[in-house]
Amino acid sequence: MSSLFEIKELTKSYGERLILDRLSFEIERGECLVILGRSGSGKSVTLRQLNGLERPDSGSVLFDGVDITDLEEKDLYGVRRRVAMLFQSGALFDSMSVLDNIAYPVREHTDLDEHEVVEIVEQKLRLVDLEGVLDRMPADLSGGMRKRVALARSLALDPEVVLFDEPTTGLDPTTSATIARLIKSTQLELGVTCVVVTHDLSLARTTATKLAFLDSGRFRFWGTWSEADASDDTLLQDFLHGREHHDGNE
Amino acid sequence: MLRDLTRALAQLGEIAILTVRAFLALVKPPYELGLWVRQMEALGVRSLVVALISMLFTGMVLALQSAYALPELGVKYYVGTLVSKSLTRELAPVLTALIVGGRIGSGMTAELGTMKVTEQIDALRSMAFDPVKKLVAPRLAATLIMLPLLVILGNVVGIIGGLLVTVYQLNVAMGVYLNDVMGELTYGDVLSGLGKTVFFAYFIAIIACYNGLNARGGADGVGRATTNTVVGASISILISDYFLTKLFFIFES
Repeated sequence: MSSLFEIKELTKSYGERLILDRLSFEIERGECLVILGRSGSGKSVTLRQLNGLERPDSGSVLFDGVDITDLEEKDLYGVRRRVAMLFQSGALFDSMSVLDNIAYPVREHTDLDEHEVVEIVEQKLRLVDLEGVLDRMPADLSGGMRKRVALARSLALDPEVVLFDEPTTGLDPTTSATIARLIKSTQLELGVTCVVVTHDLSLARTTATKLAFLDSGRFRFWGTWSEADASDDTLLQDFLHGREHHDGNE
Repeated sequence: MLRDLTRALAQLGEIAILTVRAFLALVKPPYELGLWVRQMEALGVRSLVVALISMLFTGMVLALQSAYALPELGVKYYVGTLVSKSLTRELAPVLTALIVGGRIGSGMTAELGTMKVTEQIDALRSMAFDPVKKLVAPRLAATLIMLPLLVILGNVVGIIGGLLVTVYQLNVAMGVYLNDVMGELTYGDVLSGLGKTVFFAYFIAIIACYNGLNARGGADGVGRATTNTVVGASISILISDYFLTKLFFIFES
């Protein structure tokens, strides 16, 4: 069976700065790929190529066999309904209640009646262990709850893939562990392919079925956790053990 | 210098593209009437008081100024003409656009800019929605509809303001003032003012939305974008006013 995502020779620069340097990789259906890397290594930019939020300068992104690189914005809508995204800040619409936030894509993209919409919203909230928050506004929720509501919203249309952009940034370790567990159960119980971009190592330990380490726009490591632990790459080892790295380039 | 010019031209190009996309989104179904109405309420209804107070006092001061500036000519018997023509042709459209435009334009940019920097616009896109259809088009429609309505009401209130001063301070009979207004004010006066207002509304909405959608860099960036909107919209209104006035003179003659 072919891979769900096939990324070939992806290159992206901002002005003079090369962010992605001929990046090629594949993502299998049902796996949880965690992309690690230092701040500014191009992790989020890579993630945003997968649903066409950003476009590469060259190279291509194939989703389920279809080249989405040069699709017009409106032709990407079909892809985006299958590939949801959880943003770093949660990106809940702050003018809407929790109910309206999660219901928004359902109301707009389906013909379900309001009763069924509310049922879906409640079911998605149960998936992220939240109840009784339907009428709350995003501003009244804690950071962890906002992230969970945002996860519920990204699951609203039963996507095949969820892209997670730094899902635990700004959360305390306990809340981070909850988010990690929810990502894991999204992958295992719902069969959703997950792509997680993070520098949170315990999140990566909990969720990754495959690990990638991005550095200077290229993958310096690609493999499983046991392969990563056995790797003799000093940069990777320093990153995994939270040590300062001295290579003369800092 | 050359770089600034290139950037300004690029921005004009982007605004032109946004304009086309916004108008296409307006005319293509499905029509987001609920969103339009919500924006019309936010932009129009909540600007009503400030617009009307401004026009009331503008009408009053126009009456006062004209009578005191030219006392020997018996101008006070023609204050109605003066007030109604200057209000409908020029002052109500321009002042309403400047005052209301500053208010709603800065509000729009702040709202869209905050949505931009908190990734809510990206979230919309990631859920297969078009931000132009969902955010820009309703604001453009609401401004295009509500600003001329505010100007119409402003005209009426301004003329009433002139009437108050003429009757109670200049001691001219109400009938004289009203006859003067009814006799001299033409459809051309009112329509040319409203015609200009439609353009002003377009400038306010498109500049505000453009700056909001292109805000970057957190609260600081949103603040800068908001300032740019107020400056950009005001300058566009004042400069275009001259050319639109010339244009409408050609149509009328």
